[in-house]
Amino acid sequence: MIWSEKETLSRKEMEAIQLERLKETVYRVYDKVAPYRKKMDEAGVKPEDIKSLSDLSKLPFVTKQDLRDNYPFGLFAVPKDELLRIHASSGTTGKPTVVGYTKGDMDVWTECVSRIACAGGAKSTDVAQICFGYGMFTGALGLHYGLENIGTTIVPSSTGNSEKQLMYMKDFGTTLLVATPSYALRLAEVAREIGIDPKTDLNVKIGLVGSELLTDAMRDEMHKYWGEDMLITSNYGMSELMGPGVSGECEYLNGMHINEDFFIPEIIDPETEEVLPAGEWGELVITCIKKEALPLIRYRTRDITRLMYEPCECGRTTCRMANLSGRSDDMLKIRGVNVFPGQIEEVVLSVEGLGPHYEIVVERDGYTDKLTVRVELAKATDSFKELEKIEATVRNKLRVVLGLDAKIKLESPNTLARFEGKAKRIRDLRKGN
Amino acid sequence: MTVKQLSVFIENRRGRLGEVLHVLKEKDVSILSMSLADTSEFGLLRLITNDADKGCEVLNSLGFSGTVTNVFIIKLPHVAGALQNILEIISANDIDIEYAYGMSVEANDATIVVKTSQIEKAEKVLADNGIGTMSPEELKAL
Ligand SMILES: [Zn+2]
Repeated sequence: MIWSEKETLSRKEMEAIQLERLKETVYRVYDKVAPYRKKMDEAGVKPEDIKSLSDLSKLPFVTKQDLRDNYPFGLFAVPKDELLRIHASSGTTGKPTVVGYTKGDMDVWTECVSRIACAGGAKSTDVAQICFGYGMFTGALGLHYGLENIGTTIVPSSTGNSEKQLMYMKDFGTTLLVATPSYALRLAEVAREIGIDPKTDLNVKIGLVGSELLTDAMRDEMHKYWGEDMLITSNYGMSELMGPGVSGECEYLNGMHINEDFFIPEIIDPETEEVLPAGEWGELVITCIKKEALPLIRYRTRDITRLMYEPCECGRTTCRMANLSGRSDDMLKIRGVNVFPGQIEEVVLSVEGLGPHYEIVVERDGYTDKLTVRVELAKATDSFKELEKIEATVRNKLRVVLGLDAKIKLESPNTLARFEGKAKRIRDLRKGN
Repeated sequence: MTVKQLSVFIENRRGRLGEVLHVLKEKDVSILSMSLADTSEFGLLRLITNDADKGCEVLNSLGFSGTVTNVFIIKLPHVAGALQNILEIISANDIDIEYAYGMSVEANDATIVVKTSQIEKAEKVLADNGIGTMSPEELKAL
């Protein structure tokens, strides 16, 4: 089901909404948020300079550092007593990042999460168990209100005590699971330990996973234990922008639909900060155009993805972002070209006859960089032609996607290293790296 | 009649071929003939052995990429131009040979290993022309 008609607007209608909201936001932020006004003044841009959506690129960026520098409320655009809620994300170093919500922000948040939950298959008849930690983290309460708004029955079980979680699941007839992919796998493991087979003893048919990268391997693993017919979608968000609800996958699993009437996405080259054309990989930059308390403009997410504007089979017309392929700090510069591991991964996964594992090796040969991509054969063959074809296909596709010639090294199955958590697939052997 | 051939993918890495041969030797799989097709990056090793299935299983359990395919081992009569004659008969009947390599059995007996995807047709053409092929039993007895 499509929750809102706003998800099916024509490009022209969507852009009209975006421009109106962008202009309003820029005026308001310039007026109310002194640190951002200073940035705009330094960049020599005034609110009235924003006449079209393409003028967005004239505006300065906001980074996580800006939030830290203005801890706790320095970037807020409303007085503190208008806040209904405060959340914070734990910083690994120093102060946390603090975010706040007005009544209007809460309504938008609920609307956005309802949309992505519906895209992921949620219905009013579902029993939704939320296994995200309730507290300062935005994930649990974000999903909670969005799902409640749809009319699902909420089981706010939070994290921990997996056996009790499974008991609730069985006794309450949970049909929808909200969890990180790793916790969903952990639950399946505990279930088997205590003699519950999630496939036959439980009725969980929908998985809304988030707050952690969902790799294809993890999705396959989840299907293995929770059932092949479970619809597992990933969704995206971060507390600085709102929390969950920025974007989410639909049943076609070809990228996460962005709630574009609330968030304008851009992709930039993380080094030059230039805006890249649609379809290219780069760092996601989001402008919040309907936030009252913390309307961040051109927030640098550090997440690497690409944008797809082609219509989706589900009927939604909103722009989709590819599943994240890492952080902008992972970017490689090879012969002057920006390369993101996710681009290579996408090619490897698209070639028949290859497994999902790969390794990227970058070396210096004299004055030029040499790129080698090691891939694994998925099955044995007696055909030399087939091997040559696989090699040529990977090489040609990489040339199209990256604009670079790469050497392809076919390897036997199970040759490349396997990783439990974050995969280390890049070996940069160039000097100084 | 066809026999089983063992094909193994080999990365062109120092010592990889030796590893394959070593594994087979350890498991008493003896090699009767061998052919290696390769580029600078990888190769395909094709082996006629006394037990292709066992060899394949052992290699795959150790992370190699092996597969078993059916091939003909054609016996060459002791006549001048025998190989040429046979190849002419095969091509005159529109049978595509994917690859072929020689295999010597005893001092004077020569055979040739031939791979085609048109197995049934080849079987008939060879029989009609009185061309002998080695059976799995004969191979085992070698
Ligand atoms: Zn869709």
